Amino acid sequence: MTLLDVIIYLPLLAFLIILALPKDNPKVIRVFSLIASLVIFLLSLGLIAPVWTSAAGKFALERNDTWIQTPAINYHVGLDGISLWLVILSTLLTPLCVLVSWKSIDKHIKQFFAFLLLLEFGLVGVFCALDFFLFFVFWEVSLVPMYFLIGIWGHERRIYSAIKFFLYTMAGSALMLVAMIYLYNQAGTFDYNRILAGLQSGAISLSSTEQLWLFLGFFIAFAIKVPLFPLHTWLPDAHVEAPTAGSVMLASVMLKMGTYGLLRFCVPLFPNAARECAGWITVLAIIGIVYGALVAMVQPNMKKLVAYSSVSHLGFVVLGIFSFTQQGFDGAVYQMLAHGVSTGALFLLVGFLYERRHSLDIAVYGGVATAAPWLSTVFMITMLASIGLPMLCNFIGEYLVLQGTSLVNFRWTVFAALGVILSACYMLWLYQRVFFGKASEDLTHHMPDLHFREYAVIVPLILLMVWMGTYTQSFIPPISASNAVLLGPIDARREIHVRVTSPQNQPPNRSVLAAQGELANAR
Amino acid sequence: MPVNFMPTGTDYFRLLPEIIMTIAGTLIMLIEGWLGDNKKRNLSALTFVAFAAALVAAVAANASPGLSFSNMFIVDGFATFFRVLVIAVGILSLFSAVQYLKREHAESAEYYALLLFSVTGQCIMATANELIMIFIGLEISSIATYILAGYLRDDKRNNEAALKYFLLGSFATAFLLYGIAWIYGTTGSTNLATIRVALLAPGSDRILAGTAAALMFVGFAFKVSAAPFQIWAPDVYQGAPAPVTLFMSAGPKAAAFAVFLRVFMTAFAPITNRWEPFVWSSALLTMIIGNFAALMQTNIKRLLAYSSIAHAGYVMVAIAAHNQIGVAAAMFYLAAYALMNIGAFAVITHFSRQGEKYVNIEDLAGLGWKQPVTAGLFAIFLLSLIGVPLTGGFFGKFYIFKAALDANLVWLAILGLLNSAVAAYYYLRILVVMYMNEPGEATMSIQPVGAGIGATLWVAAVGTLLLGIFPGVLLNFASSSSALVK
Repeated sequence: MTLLDVIIYLPLLAFLIILALPKDNPKVIRVFSLIASLVIFLLSLGLIAPVWTSAAGKFALERNDTWIQTPAINYHVGLDGISLWLVILSTLLTPLCVLVSWKSIDKHIKQFFAFLLLLEFGLVGVFCALDFFLFFVFWEVSLVPMYFLIGIWGHERRIYSAIKFFLYTMAGSALMLVAMIYLYNQAGTFDYNRILAGLQSGAISLSSTEQLWLFLGFFIAFAIKVPLFPLHTWLPDAHVEAPTAGSVMLASVMLKMGTYGLLRFCVPLFPNAARECAGWITVLAIIGIVYGALVAMVQPNMKKLVAYSSVSHLGFVVLGIFSFTQQGFDGAVYQMLAHGVSTGALFLLVGFLYERRHSLDIAVYGGVATAAPWLSTVFMITMLASIGLPMLCNFIGEYLVLQGTSLVNFRWTVFAALGVILSACYMLWLYQRVFFGKASEDLTHHMPDLHFREYAVIVPLILLMVWMGTYTQSFIPPISASNAVLLGPIDARREIHVRVTSPQNQPPNRSVLAAQGELANAR
Repeated sequence: MPVNFMPTGTDYFRLLPEIIMTIAGTLIMLIEGWLGDNKKRNLSALTFVAFAAALVAAVAANASPGLSFSNMFIVDGFATFFRVLVIAVGILSLFSAVQYLKREHAESAEYYALLLFSVTGQCIMATANELIMIFIGLEISSIATYILAGYLRDDKRNNEAALKYFLLGSFATAFLLYGIAWIYGTTGSTNLATIRVALLAPGSDRILAGTAAALMFVGFAFKVSAAPFQIWAPDVYQGAPAPVTLFMSAGPKAAAFAVFLRVFMTAFAPITNRWEPFVWSSALLTMIIGNFAALMQTNIKRLLAYSSIAHAGYVMVAIAAHNQIGVAAAMFYLAAYALMNIGAFAVITHFSRQGEKYVNIEDLAGLGWKQPVTAGLFAIFLLSLIGVPLTGGFFGKFYIFKAALDANLVWLAILGLLNSAVAAYYYLRILVVMYMNEPGEATMSIQPVGAGIGATLWVAAVGTLLLGIFPGVLLNFASSSSALVK
């Protein structure tokens, strides 16, 4: 029993305990959920040290036990630098979501918190699974609680959105399952490490057509989840209709399941197919960046605006991954985390506004800054982080992605950078319409400033935004090390290319700075 | 060589489950006359004892596998698997039926006797090693089920269901019998192993054998409700009493698939290339018709009937794969399907109330908050029917499509899995109504779950989850016995 096992199973245990609690005492349920999720979060911090000290290319806290003998399915979990932070992001946001739902969820309280913990179980599991089958199990398990969170506690069109969300993911995962089983039939195992090693050494040989189809099988499932343009249409619906906690978990963690899958499975397993498709995927990512930003600009609904901004931000992640450069990969992962923190915070803040005025319409607001200065301040910081202001988290990710892309194709960088500018437009405009201007008397009356529970939710995230934006070294070394390993098979050609032009080449395991040096050499 | 027709003790031992159930069924009919009206409930206890004894006998018989009664029967892992399955289905349907019959004031001995006879027929189908026995088993099972479908004889819907089932069923059985006659004419035998040898011999007439296989396919496809012979299923499932539908959709279907598998994987194995395209297209058609028709249903029994057709399609995929994994996958899936479907129909039996008043999907509105436990268990069955991991339904589906990919049926696997994404929609609709709509009149007036249905629900739910989380035990048994089929 490793610490990782504890962190995977504690949410499940908490879920079962909440189900067993009596439903007529909401306070007990809330306090228990908070304590349980906080304990899980604090324990998960203990995962950092083992990952940090583990050797490159190795998974920390690995555990590999037989689950089912035939077909050989193992309970195989482990952490590397990428999954580490995503797990901690999930465990951090769960207690915050419990806090934000403290009063705003007033019916079926027991089931709500139970589903929240079950969701955490699925999310943590997805990022730790190193067996395809296990990955698929967690992938689908996380779907069910989210479906109920949207469908039961959402707004008016919640049922439509919940079903749409479920069916989109289900259709994608059907294709992924076919690809997984096909891969199993070729490799004789579901084990990620063994399949990866087999494919790289040539022990498992796939024709280029097979590679392409398998790549697409996985890719469509992940692209739906990211979501990549034009598969994004479920996202605005799901976000707008979900309760605040649902939106936060969806935007901050669930979308990352898609980009994580691309990074962990799609690209390293099928490098040739990934290279072949990189062109049109990059184009789709850039369309997503620009289109998401443009559509966000004209939204009259705050949540929808933030949802479309997610489409735009996640486009950067895909762009970074399909640049196949160390910077691009690092930037993609950093952007995943930064988006998790900043967009999560945005949804929380929109939730705060909604609790006060019971409306998501931008037009209803105006002049909030006079009524609630602290709320306006934290919203300002979060919004600036989301825009990508230097010293705040998103900047690092977007910068690295753009730099990585520029190594491959400078024109792409120009188009993608448009997204950064547009994000400033829609965010600042949103801020102006909601917070500035003259406040009506009615609004001032209904707009108290932040109270203690809300401070407790938002302040940790604000601190994290600043920390991630200023002291990158606290986060990026394990990410870089793991990315270098994932980049190995696909970066091979670039290595050769660089070696020709530059005699003083760097070894493959490079940090960002080293890679930049190499770039200078190459030129 | 002189043939000895005198059965030995081993012969009887291997066929003990069928013997026990036949005797118990006959006894029940005889002693009914002596029992006062208030004591008829004891008959259900006797039925339960008979089922339990048959279950033990079936497991015990597996310890001495082999042929019985002059090669007419065969006891092997495959037979044991299906015997245990159909007897377990019998027990679970008995639990729900007791409560149902009391509610409808229709307690009588015939129900229990017919249930026993039907399961006996299914056990004979599972153990039969030659075509005449298969036919006899099928008829025992079917005739008993025809009567069960029309059990409440004052109810119009029951009558319609029984008549339709009987007429169409007899028609299909005639095809089966005709096929048996053809194959006897072609090969001179009704024994599965002998037919196989005869077909393997050079110069055997494959066209005649293929025609026979096609005729028998019609018979079997009808019984498992595979397209294009599925038309009867929605009407019959909707019209029959809920506990009978529960039984019909699990037991007879599993037994029919057992003979389907055994005949096509042994006797007709030499002409696989002739029947495989038919099974392939029938599988695809069954999945598509079942799932797309289910999308439009408002009656929950009818919806589950179409879902049952779609699930038959998934099992047909496993048969189309015609490999050992396919057989094991079909076995596992039928067990998982029996559990989740019994669970779902048990909820409907409970919810529909006297006279089956509430059978529309909308009636379930708000059940999730009125009876959280029942609704929670129903949600488990529905998620399993969708094929969400950690339930038996998912693992069964996974294993079936793995078998299909093993056999290089890539397109069938892709289309099948996309079909199951379509299917998610109509199951989700039930979840939506249960959890996301305000309780209506039907939900407000609901009574607590009785002991019988409660037991069915819990056994089915625990079984569904166990098959999803620890599928190993059943899977290993299925894999090891699937080898014996050839």
